[in-house]
Amino acid sequence: MNQAIRSSWLVAVALFALVFGSITYIQFFAADDLKNNDLNSRGLIEQFCSDRGAILVGGQPIAESVPSPDKCKFQRVYHQSELYAGLTGFFSRAYGQYGIEKAENAQLTGETADAFYDKVLSLLSGAQPKGRSVELTIDPAIQQMAYNMIPDGQRGSIVVMNPKTGAIIAMVSKPSYDTNVLAGHDATSVAKNYNRLLGIDGIDMFGSSAYTKLYSPGSVFKLVDTAAALASGKYNKDSVLANPQELSFPGTDATLPNYVNGGCGAKTQAGFSFVLEQSCNTPFAEIALDLGQDAITEQARKFGFNDDSLYFPDKVTASKFPGSKGQLGTAELARSAVGQQDVQATPLEIAMMTAAIANGGAQMKPNLVKSIRTPDLKPVEEFTPEVLRQSTTPEIAHQITDWMTNVVDKGIAHAATVPGVEVAGKTGTAEGIPGVVNNNAWFTGFAPAQDPQVVVSIVMSNVDIATGAQLTSPNASKLIEAVLNK
Amino acid sequence: MSQLQTVAKPRRNIELVLLILALVVGISANALVDLNLDRPFDSDFYSQAAVLTVLALGMHISLRFRAKYADPVILPIVVALNGVGLAMIHRLDLATDDTAGPRQWLWTTVAVLAAISVIWFLRDHRVLRRFTYISLIVSVVLLILPLIPGISAGDVNGASVWIRIGNNSFQPGEIAKITLAIFFAGYLSSNRDLILLAGKKIGPLQLPRVRDLGPMIVAWLASVGVLVFQHDIGTSVLFFGLFMIMIYVATSRISWVAIGLVLIAVGGFFAIRIFPHVGLRVNTWVHAFDPEVIGRGVGSSYQIVQGLFGMASGGLIGSGLGQGRPDIVPLANSDMIIASLGEELGMIGLFAVVLLYLLLITRGFRAALGTRDAFGKLLAVGLSFAIALQCFVVIGGVTRLIPLTGLTTPFLAAGGSSLLANWIIVALLLLISNAARRPIFTAPAKEPHVPAGEPPASGPPRTPVQTPRSIKTPSKKVISP
Repeated sequence: MNQAIRSSWLVAVALFALVFGSITYIQFFAADDLKNNDLNSRGLIEQFCSDRGAILVGGQPIAESVPSPDKCKFQRVYHQSELYAGLTGFFSRAYGQYGIEKAENAQLTGETADAFYDKVLSLLSGAQPKGRSVELTIDPAIQQMAYNMIPDGQRGSIVVMNPKTGAIIAMVSKPSYDTNVLAGHDATSVAKNYNRLLGIDGIDMFGSSAYTKLYSPGSVFKLVDTAAALASGKYNKDSVLANPQELSFPGTDATLPNYVNGGCGAKTQAGFSFVLEQSCNTPFAEIALDLGQDAITEQARKFGFNDDSLYFPDKVTASKFPGSKGQLGTAELARSAVGQQDVQATPLEIAMMTAAIANGGAQMKPNLVKSIRTPDLKPVEEFTPEVLRQSTTPEIAHQITDWMTNVVDKGIAHAATVPGVEVAGKTGTAEGIPGVVNNNAWFTGFAPAQDPQVVVSIVMSNVDIATGAQLTSPNASKLIEAVLNK
Repeated sequence: MSQLQTVAKPRRNIELVLLILALVVGISANALVDLNLDRPFDSDFYSQAAVLTVLALGMHISLRFRAKYADPVILPIVVALNGVGLAMIHRLDLATDDTAGPRQWLWTTVAVLAAISVIWFLRDHRVLRRFTYISLIVSVVLLILPLIPGISAGDVNGASVWIRIGNNSFQPGEIAKITLAIFFAGYLSSNRDLILLAGKKIGPLQLPRVRDLGPMIVAWLASVGVLVFQHDIGTSVLFFGLFMIMIYVATSRISWVAIGLVLIAVGGFFAIRIFPHVGLRVNTWVHAFDPEVIGRGVGSSYQIVQGLFGMASGGLIGSGLGQGRPDIVPLANSDMIIASLGEELGMIGLFAVVLLYLLLITRGFRAALGTRDAFGKLLAVGLSFAIALQCFVVIGGVTRLIPLTGLTTPFLAAGGSSLLANWIIVALLLLISNAARRPIFTAPAKEPHVPAGEPPASGPPRTPVQTPRSIKTPSKKVISP
């Protein structure tokens, strides 16, 4: 019997050996993998209560961590939160991080490799370890001005950027909200606020619609067609384009008309300048059908469409041409060429495309972060402009600039004029279902035409044509003037 | 039957020294929690320290009077484990605004008082042999209780193992663990000769007679019944493992183990096929890191995955008591307390805890080796192995070695029934070890007793004969074996 007892003890010891083994595996061998597991929110929870660095605009914090009396030692506070909600994003214990809070998390928590030394130093000196500050390229006055241009209740986005550096000067969108309601320490009230906000139509909770939402670009996409046409060699600046009032497609009932109230009806044949000034549809549809889908796709790609790997530093939603469908039919390609149907773009993409034309064909990488600073505000990293890609040749860019200047001088974007400054621009109206008021009204342009300093792209969605026109070109004029007067 | 002879020394003073160490461990763990969570040492802290000390000393003194040859290591181990558990439960209360701590203190008091009563009133474990069949009936009743409407607390976390008495819930299965062990020990010690001698021999396997398979069928039915009606896989495994080891020790026949394993394999196979909750457990275990499995309502692996993340964040040395976030894990103070300890005490701390268990069950097996009656041997092995198996099922489940089932971690986890049952087990082990270690006299003792069986198995050289001292001072309680 005792022998059996000893054997049983060995069985028990073997069970314990297995247990020791599995503890060792979890807490030693697999510990790093588990810590880095995507599902592991422990790091996030730890960061949530730590003293994160501030997000600065014009030297003032728009997000900062202040000491909190509860167990969670610091409370994130957002200043002018509705104005900056789309940029800062928010940091919630339950719902995670968005916007700059997410994109620059490593800097804000001070967990980058080079920040480690600072952290050790501050620990040794007895100071509370603190993350680094992130200063944005935003100009607070322009940001506020742009924000006020979107009436409450109106959905819209405005992007103002420097075409030569890619720095974002202003980026706003509405409807916005108070990010503070999601950053609280009380889980129940945060959950309530989160669900309430989710229920609001069109709200930008997870980053500004200026870089997260896709819109039909309407006629501003004709700039892509124009660049593709000139690049193909089949067209030049003097080409004469057929401009029928309506285009029909063999084998279908579909037709593509020119805008009935515009000035297109005046000419059945015209040059690029006229059809851009009046934003005629049929010539660009014919160009697209002539060049083929692949040529348009290639030019769109060169302007930044279909790029799923752009971070500025938060991820920019990829604009699409063609959209979900692979191969477009004739009618679909024609409609897509004028920015309807199967083409979608973020306002930031439209601004980048415009900036590429302004900058002689060189598209600069958009950037929202001007510098990274240590807790005592010493800069450790400064933003340097970077060329993202060559979108088109300088010749083509200059040619399109000339035509865009005419669009403002003599064409339908006349309201974007700024006294004493040559403005280049293009409007767009993407139609929704006829009879229903849900057009996207666009303006995109830059100034001064010969030495571009500023790009402004505006989209107002769900507007009737008159309101859309009122909210786009005149506002662009004011923004351009304000930036140039700085 | 063989006997193992040890030097008969009470060793109560050693126990006292170890007990003070254990109290230091438990009380300073509690103090660390308050220190690290910036809490003042309030009257609660001092009264709790006093209660733990009084209970431990009460047990110690009871042993001095009633079982002075009891193993001196068992009580300190259990006090240390219980103390660490109380500290962790207190720590989690602070994080989650729970009141499990005071309840656990109350149950600790009840459990230790129960253990003291067992020592005082039972005095000798062999008395229990008389209750062999009553134990069987009690076991069956205890197991059926949670299924009776009106008493049943219903389905809690997927298992119906609780009964409700007033405002308190109780898990009768924990007590059934003891009564079943008593039944098996009593039955097997009475019938082992019969079981051993009868039966056909096929090749190397001595097959038992069908009628001798009776108790095995009982055990199998109890296990399967628990599984089918109460959805409690852990307890089911525990009961069957308990019986397997006891029948093996009783007969030394591997054939029984083979038959048992076949029954387990068959039962397990059909359980997974037929009972969705068993299959679901296995599925949860295999696909634990699948976001869909984590997110689903029933059979979610959220708990185990969070536990693993917690243990990983603790790493080698842990975050320190009160410095981690074990409260993120659901059921952090009961089913998942091992993960909580792993996080805050680290791998090193958790090793220490598991070593305490290993040491505890080793002392239990030591008592089984030493005691002279078959019933005592079987009971000690059964109870010790039950603790070992329970540790394996729980810690293996938490570390994803095996599927997670809802067994409690002995002495650590929040839960009254488990504490009560395990303290009673400890009292029984202490009594058996007392029987094992006290001097024997085959009266009239004319010459020093020479053991007939094998020499001592382990440890430092021991004189197989009684030391003159113990002969000169004959024990007050000389019981002829």
